[in-house]
Amino acid sequence: MATYLEFIQQNEERDGVRFSWNVWPSSRLEATRMVVPLACLLTPLKERLDLPPVQYEPVLCSRPTCKAVLNPLCQVDYRAKLWACNFCFQRNQFPPAYAGISEVNQPAELMPQFSTIEYIVQRGPQTPLIFLYVVDTCLEEEDLQALKESLQMSLSLLPPDALVGLITFGRMVQVHELSCEGISKSYVFRGTKDLSAKQIQDMLGLSRPAVPMQQGRPLQTPEQPVISSRFLQPVHKIDMNLTDLLGELQRDPWPVPQGKRPLRSTGVALSIAVGLLEGTFPNTGARIMLFTGGPPTQGPGMVVGDELKTPIRSWHDIEKDNARFMKKATKHYETLANRSAANGHCIDVYACALDQTGLLEMKCCANLTGGHMVMGDSFNTSLFKQTFQRVFSKGYNGEFRMAFGANLDVKTSRELKIAGAIGPCISLNAKGPCVSENELGIGGTSQWKICSLDPSTTLAIYFEVVNQHNAPIPQGGRGAVQFVTQYQHSSTQKRIRVTTIARNWADAQTQLQHIEAAFDQEAAAVLMARLGVYRAESEEGPDVLRWLDRQLIRLCQKFGQYNKDDPNSFRLSESFSLYPQFIFHLRRSPFLQVFNNSPDESSYYRHHFARQDLTQSLIMIQPILYAYSFHGPPEPVLLDSSSILPDRILLMDTFFQIVIYLGETIAQWQKAGYQDMPEYENFKHLLQAPLDDAQEILQTRFPMPRYIHTEHGGSQARFLLSKVNPSQTHNNLYAWGQESGAPILTDDVSLQVFMDHLKKLAVSSAS
Amino acid sequence: MSVNQQAHTGPPYGQPQPGYQGYQQPAYGGQSLPGVPQAQYGAYNGPMPGYQQPVPPQGYFPSLGFPSKGSPVSLNSDTSSLAPNFIGSLRAPPTSGAPPPASGASHPSGHLAYSQFEHGDVQNGIPASAAPMQRPPASQPFLPGSAPTPVSQISTFQQYGPPPASVQQLRNHMAGMTIGSTAASAPPPAGLGYASVPAVSGSFSATGSGLHTPYSTSQGPPLTSVSEGLPLAQPPFPGQTISTQRLPTQVPGFTPPPPSTGVGPSSYPPTTGAPRPPAMPGPPLPGQTVAGPPSSQPNHVSSPPPPSTMAGLHPGPPMSGLQGPPPPTHPPQPGYQMQQNGSFGQMRGPQPNYGGAYPGAPNYGSPPGPPPPPKRLDPDSIPSPIQVIEDDRNNRGSEPFVTGVRGQVPPLVTTNFLVKDQGNASPRYIRCTSYNIPCTSDMAKQSQVPLAAVIKPLAALPPEETLPYLVDHGESGPVRCNRCKAYMCPFMQFIEGGRRFQCCFCSCVTEVPPHYFQHLDHTGKRVDFYDRPELSLGSYEFLATVDYCKNNKFPSPPAFIFMIDVSYNAVKSGLVRLICEELKSLLDYLPREGNMEESAIRVGFVTYNKVLHFYNVKSSLAQPQMMVVSDVADMFVPLLDGFLVNVNESRTVIASLLDQIPEMFADTRETETVFAPVIQAGLEALKAAECAGKLFIFHTSLPIAEAPGKLKNRDDRKLINTDKEKTLFQPQTSFYNNLAKDCVAQGCCVDLFLFPNQYLDVATLGVVPYQTGGSIYKYAYFQLETDQYRFLNDLRRDVQKEVGFDAVMRVRTSTGIRATDFFGAFYMSNTTDVEMAGLDCDKTITVEFKHDDKLSEDSGALLQCALLYTSCAGQRRLRIHNLSLNCCTQLADLYRNCETDTLINYLAKYAYRGVLSSPVKTVRDALINQCAQILACYRKNCASPSSAGQLILPECMKLLPVYLNCVLKSDVLQPGPEVTTDDRAYIRQLVTSMDVAETNVFFYPRLLPLTKADVDSDSLPAAIRNSEERLSKGDIYLLENGLNIFVWVGVNVQQGLIQNLFGVSSFSQISNALSTLPVLENPFSKKVRSIVDMLQGQRSRYMKLIIVKQEDKLEMLFKHFLVEDKSLSGGASYVDFLCHMHKEIRQLLS
Repeated sequence: MATYLEFIQQNEERDGVRFSWNVWPSSRLEATRMVVPLACLLTPLKERLDLPPVQYEPVLCSRPTCKAVLNPLCQVDYRAKLWACNFCFQRNQFPPAYAGISEVNQPAELMPQFSTIEYIVQRGPQTPLIFLYVVDTCLEEEDLQALKESLQMSLSLLPPDALVGLITFGRMVQVHELSCEGISKSYVFRGTKDLSAKQIQDMLGLSRPAVPMQQGRPLQTPEQPVISSRFLQPVHKIDMNLTDLLGELQRDPWPVPQGKRPLRSTGVALSIAVGLLEGTFPNTGARIMLFTGGPPTQGPGMVVGDELKTPIRSWHDIEKDNARFMKKATKHYETLANRSAANGHCIDVYACALDQTGLLEMKCCANLTGGHMVMGDSFNTSLFKQTFQRVFSKGYNGEFRMAFGANLDVKTSRELKIAGAIGPCISLNAKGPCVSENELGIGGTSQWKICSLDPSTTLAIYFEVVNQHNAPIPQGGRGAVQFVTQYQHSSTQKRIRVTTIARNWADAQTQLQHIEAAFDQEAAAVLMARLGVYRAESEEGPDVLRWLDRQLIRLCQKFGQYNKDDPNSFRLSESFSLYPQFIFHLRRSPFLQVFNNSPDESSYYRHHFARQDLTQSLIMIQPILYAYSFHGPPEPVLLDSSSILPDRILLMDTFFQIVIYLGETIAQWQKAGYQDMPEYENFKHLLQAPLDDAQEILQTRFPMPRYIHTEHGGSQARFLLSKVNPSQTHNNLYAWGQESGAPILTDDVSLQVFMDHLKKLAVSSAS
Repeated sequence: MSVNQQAHTGPPYGQPQPGYQGYQQPAYGGQSLPGVPQAQYGAYNGPMPGYQQPVPPQGYFPSLGFPSKGSPVSLNSDTSSLAPNFIGSLRAPPTSGAPPPASGASHPSGHLAYSQFEHGDVQNGIPASAAPMQRPPASQPFLPGSAPTPVSQISTFQQYGPPPASVQQLRNHMAGMTIGSTAASAPPPAGLGYASVPAVSGSFSATGSGLHTPYSTSQGPPLTSVSEGLPLAQPPFPGQTISTQRLPTQVPGFTPPPPSTGVGPSSYPPTTGAPRPPAMPGPPLPGQTVAGPPSSQPNHVSSPPPPSTMAGLHPGPPMSGLQGPPPPTHPPQPGYQMQQNGSFGQMRGPQPNYGGAYPGAPNYGSPPGPPPPPKRLDPDSIPSPIQVIEDDRNNRGSEPFVTGVRGQVPPLVTTNFLVKDQGNASPRYIRCTSYNIPCTSDMAKQSQVPLAAVIKPLAALPPEETLPYLVDHGESGPVRCNRCKAYMCPFMQFIEGGRRFQCCFCSCVTEVPPHYFQHLDHTGKRVDFYDRPELSLGSYEFLATVDYCKNNKFPSPPAFIFMIDVSYNAVKSGLVRLICEELKSLLDYLPREGNMEESAIRVGFVTYNKVLHFYNVKSSLAQPQMMVVSDVADMFVPLLDGFLVNVNESRTVIASLLDQIPEMFADTRETETVFAPVIQAGLEALKAAECAGKLFIFHTSLPIAEAPGKLKNRDDRKLINTDKEKTLFQPQTSFYNNLAKDCVAQGCCVDLFLFPNQYLDVATLGVVPYQTGGSIYKYAYFQLETDQYRFLNDLRRDVQKEVGFDAVMRVRTSTGIRATDFFGAFYMSNTTDVEMAGLDCDKTITVEFKHDDKLSEDSGALLQCALLYTSCAGQRRLRIHNLSLNCCTQLADLYRNCETDTLINYLAKYAYRGVLSSPVKTVRDALINQCAQILACYRKNCASPSSAGQLILPECMKLLPVYLNCVLKSDVLQPGPEVTTDDRAYIRQLVTSMDVAETNVFFYPRLLPLTKADVDSDSLPAAIRNSEERLSKGDIYLLENGLNIFVWVGVNVQQGLIQNLFGVSSFSQISNALSTLPVLENPFSKKVRSIVDMLQGQRSRYMKLIIVKQEDKLEMLFKHFLVEDKSLSGGASYVDFLCHMHKEIRQLLS
């Protein structure tokens, strides 16, 4: 088993890929009986310190429908200078540049350790990165001030040749012209009217067709770059101007009557931003960064009216079909997201407000384009400030941890087909022989566009085994998948990363134990969770839970060892042992439970869940709990109410929150001020330890988690109490005795109860 | 010319008379006779020819057959007064027949005779000017003299002397007319006319034996005359020659001349100071004779016509013949004199004589027998505007006009006078077409005299007069009648010891509110009568309460928004820079209320081409901010705070903005503009700011950019004179009408400054300014060097002038009449309230009244004009003007209390509105018809019986024909080839909000001989009549019409004068590109410039100065304004038109 764990880890480190099954069932029928689909989590741009990119073009299979990239799995005839494509078996001539090829003189892509390889290619003109700020001005003074400072600060973080633009909005939308001296100039749009891209370009004076129509064509043509750059200027040129401009930004001057929300034209502002980039820089890497401090209240994309007495839609309203703006707004933003994605631009949403801001409606903007979604209480918080700063963080080699306009192409052996993908991508509708008719996630294609991605962006890709039941195990015994990711590097280079992996086939009837042993329960949990969350976006919550339950039961039935109708006899092998627990926590997670979460929060959580890598995803599903006490070094403890002890400090990481919880006794000691007494310095250290650890997490996490420092009985302790397994509740308190743990006031079932039921159902002969 | 009856005429006559007398007598000698006729004939001939065959070319309206080149005939003002009655200047139509060729030629150069004539005329003209001068003084004396004279020819002559000319002319005209009219019956041009005439002549003969006989003879002759026509025509020439040299020519030259001279003389005498006399004598006699009588019977003015008619009938020749006779007739003519003198009261007495006189006229005819040939109507013999103006100025300019008396006719607008408000509104605020209203609608219909008031509610007053007092009736607001809501005014009757008052408009009795109670004195007057403006004055203001405010909220101070076109043309021409520069200083002169330290008005700035740029000029900003709105399809205002600012607070930001605007757009290539969105933007801005205000839009081109209100170039000159011509005046789209409605609702007034280089559809662009009470200024082919001064002056005046916002005006009347129609720049959402987003001190509203019941002579009729508006400081006020009028049961009273200037104002506006819905020809015909009816009614009902051949005009309306002709010839109703569609639309809208003084000078421009100016005095040189004949090659003239000032330089002007005025050494070096006169240090230059400055100061717009050199190509333009002459576009000469009117009247009478 250890070998499998190592294998999995190796693969992940080298290729950024984790499969649910590392030995593949060889027939369609068997595969479906495996319950957890054959799928993988792919981190296309996983940081590889040891992977220097090669500076040439990849060699492609010459079959037009294949075009797979030459890889270590290909059979090569060095004498004939031929290679056979391992996907379509086409025999290809090496290009002239490979004339000197031989067994001892292999190009990198043929070396087994380069199952993942990155090419730098020269294609098309390099265009600088583009950052278009879309800034809400309907903010409180301090918020606006903080936001302005953040934005000003960000200018220094941008690559100097990057283009920046500024759009501000409130009741109106202003597109600021950055090139002019003296008078600051902006184009103003009414916030209530949606405009087509053409109209926007016309109104901004960007339309090209119109210009040639008039006389003086020769004069106009050279001016075009100038025109388009009125709104987008290189940072180094207008650094000062823009800083001043941002400094002078005023709150939206239109009066807001008592009892009203400010009129906020987010929908139009975004539409204009999309239209602007669409017209000027299609198909180049660009970020539209939307900063909003409240819900859109007018025009297309409005989420709520401006009457304060009507609250923003809640899940309750949505269930009752009482959210009158939701569908329309969602549609508006979806359209924008699709347009934006089609042009390779991504949309970030930074929403900071105490109330909801319409993330539910706007989620697709970030989801479909690979943009970031950040939710905070105020722009004047370190949460926002540091998160925003981290957007521009640099990797080990001084490069921005962002890439643009990626195109992910997946190729499979004949026995496999592609069922779909779940992640921050949109379909490119590339039909082909390896596309399955059954869709899981975004399917019907073998190519997806990811407008923006960073080294941790992870997609779930689902496959279908199509080998017929009676067919023999395919020749070579291995199935292969190739991931080709073309993208614009932050240095504006075009790059192609190719990952080719292969796994063994096994006959599920005869070699089930191999398959079972090669099960990656962590990956499987995340992959199933993604499917569940994906369904939850479109289905009712209970249905999803039922589906999840059924899948879990079926899995247990398939792989559990038990005697029929004897729950006590139920056992799961080690490779499955954690899986039910993941599912248990997943069921309780905010990704599937909307109780206690606003629609915005749900959207926010789901957004992040659908793009983080496996580790982070697991943390989201099942938060990590560390205990600090005088009894020993910090240790991970069960996410269980029984872990909550008076003499412990707990550190919980839910990905979105970092909670430091002081046990009852600890809290009393702290209040008594022992930590300030020299003789209790160890107590001081104890208090400090979780803070340091939390800091470490805070440093690296994106988005910056909410940092909560609380104690026993504190109101914020709810963050902890809502996450732990309620093994002790007011219902069973006495049964468990008083000595340990803290009771949770809930009617939720505990893991123990859950497992009992699961066993019962799994062994039941009825199902 | 009943006109004569008026005192005015009387005096003039009188004056001339003295001179005349002298002259006359001599004239009588016989010369006069010839002279007169000749002149007339000459004129006639001219016209005549036109009529007959040549007509078409000449005739304005071929139909009218006025063809006459009025020029020769041009009326001499002097005579006009005398003979105005006699329009009769006959175009010796018949003669024309013969003359035609001559006439045709004559005008221009063709006939020597003509040319001579012209010369003569010119001379006359000059003299005329002199003459008028004489008249005033003499006039009165004369009258008396005339009165007695009547009988005796001589005496008559004397009277005539002055009048005579007129008489004769009239006759001539008449003749022509008659010919026309009678002739009408006898279609055949002259010949027939004559024939018919004969009949008339018969009558004539009866009247004026001498004259008549001539006529008759003429009739007999007519045929011959016809045949003679030619000869006659010739005579005219002589006549002309005569005119040139009255006496000499007359007598010696042509026998005919004599008659014509008769006319001529009369005219001459008056016109030509000295020269005439001699001529006068001769002709005057005839004329005088005629005049004589007329004097007695003003109404009879017509009397003279008879002869004229006679003459008319009898083609030129008869006339001449008549004229010949005239002398003899003169005796009868005395009657005439009577009329003239009649200056009514007296006149009447004489009138009887008149009758006699008339007959005499016929006599004229007979005597003229000899003189026959000269048929021309002497221009000097027909009513002269100059003379009338001068007379009024002399008679009424010296004493203040006290408004206490009901139905008092105020002095003419051309007269400088002070007003003392004693219960009726000053004529500066309200002028009526008649101050005596017929008691019944039947009478009103019969007379066809429109009852209208021209109201200028916020008129500026001379410094000597006090502004209306502001009255505050406290929280409950102004005291008003319970039923009709009329405001407290001097005519309310307090009863029951002052506890109640009875409304003077609806008779309803209303309780006096306790706080307003006051005891009455023994006469029933409130004790506080003199303490309360609303009880003792005609005009005053109330402070409005919140009930009078929109949305029941006191208004905010208004705002001015400057919206500047920054498209390529505007930038290139330097306009943008100019405006920005000017605004910097101009903003310190925004109108402010009373003695406030700074104006409450806030300002905002917008520039635009295809898109709009708003500017944030908030005082806290270091730099202005520009906000571009490209969504012109759905206009909105991008900012609230910082758009409208106080000038002082944001001074530096504004200055910075105005500095930068020209720079920012210096390289613009944008040529397309939008327009409607610009207005919408301003409107939205005012809406957002919740205030009223004014937009100053500076615009250069047809808005063809894609936007609401986009326009097409639809200019099509081919439509002129078709049924579709009206579309040229109509807006292209109803969009602007709706926009205007919105603007009015918000109190958003639009002033439009246009700088077109080509057609930009003023008719459409003007809709909003027009309906919101704004102004349009147009500077075609704007050039910085030549036009900037004019534009800047207009802009300054427009920005600084007093203006009220968000105004609603209602005119209440006492029972029996009711305001039914309104003309002007405003919007009406119902039938009674005139709504104006803005109303400035130059805007005028003309209101027409109709009867809906009987009026009583006792109570008279009352008008109360109440204007609710927001002052420039944001105060809501009511301005009230009250006016009481008399009522009459006798038509004569109506005709005696009319005011022609006001009438013309009404008629012009009526006609200018008519062109929107009817073909222009229909409108013109209707105008002519209405005036003919007015005059015919007078003739029928008020004038003493006389020959149908006589043209008799009411004294008050003796200028009606000449002015009406000017209206008919105006660019709107009869465009020349050089008049663009935009010009017409522009003028149409401009005239619609003009006051009486402006229409007066607009239609009959003021022509001043600069070389006659006395450099040592402040006074203006005496004006002369608008006819080329009056111009001398050796002089420099100034002509102004309220829009333009022409300085015309004759070819023979002394070099010294040229040097003094233009700073160049010769005529040929004068540049006509000058837009101002060079500043030279010599008395003449100073004087001329001071005159120009003074005139500029009198007008609401800065007039464009154009230097015209004689015989230069620009002269054509100038000649267009010589309105007594035949115009190139086919407009009739005064003389011809008078004949035509006469014909029309005669037709109506028969």
